[in-house]
Amino acid sequence: MEATLFYILALVTLVGTGFAITARQAVRAIVYLVNSFFALALIFYLLGAPLVAAFEVIIYAGAIMVLFLFVIMMLDLGHPERMKSPRLVDWIPALVLVLVTAASVGVLAAQHHAQPLAAFHGISVRQFSQTLFQRYGVAVELVSLQLLFALVGAIYLGRRR
Amino acid sequence: MTIPLFHVLILAALLFAMGLACTIAWRANVIMMLIGIEIMLNAVMLTLVGGSSQWGMADGQIFSLMLMALTSSEVSLALAMVVYLHRRRQSVDTDDFNSMKG
Repeated sequence: MEATLFYILALVTLVGTGFAITARQAVRAIVYLVNSFFALALIFYLLGAPLVAAFEVIIYAGAIMVLFLFVIMMLDLGHPERMKSPRLVDWIPALVLVLVTAASVGVLAAQHHAQPLAAFHGISVRQFSQTLFQRYGVAVELVSLQLLFALVGAIYLGRRR
Repeated sequence: MTIPLFHVLILAALLFAMGLACTIAWRANVIMMLIGIEIMLNAVMLTLVGGSSQWGMADGQIFSLMLMALTSSEVSLALAMVVYLHRRRQSVDTDDFNSMKG
């Protein structure tokens, strides 16, 4: 059951990302990407990470993608004729990279022997937060400092001169 | 649960390759390059969460949370930079910003 759901969601994620990177308008790319991130959040939930799944929906789909959308609409970049889309020649190095990666993944998958896999463990919110605030307390402080610096930098860059 | 870690890693590798392709193919457009970076960071987060649930440790999920904080600060700074550059040159084309002195 979980495996079937995982493969369907993986397909949705890959197809959504594929449409997003080939979309001609930036707004459509963002909407396809939100779709793909929702499927990815469900994959996180299936992998036993409910908190990360919730943050994926709230922060990625809810905040970062809306920020992108906001900037695109504020700068009026929604018109495809104003954005230079890549020519066919520009896609060649990207296609070579994707083909090399897919081929190496295929070689690895062909050599992979089916071995007994350990059962997936779900991690409870209690375990997550205990580890976060006991073992990685310094990291939380560093991340909050980093967010503060990003805020100050964005205000500095965005003020009118 | 019967999702093998190997298939999660394959999905993450394919997502990473697609993000890299987006960054390379749309190298004339700053916003699509940033979208490609987002896709790559999501693939890395998928790897971390898969490993965390494979070995039953919360560390991978915590690193993916840190990665999310990093991404949000990176995106806010990068989009502020995009707005600043657009105000100077009325363009988001990277080829218009080829000189150090504006």
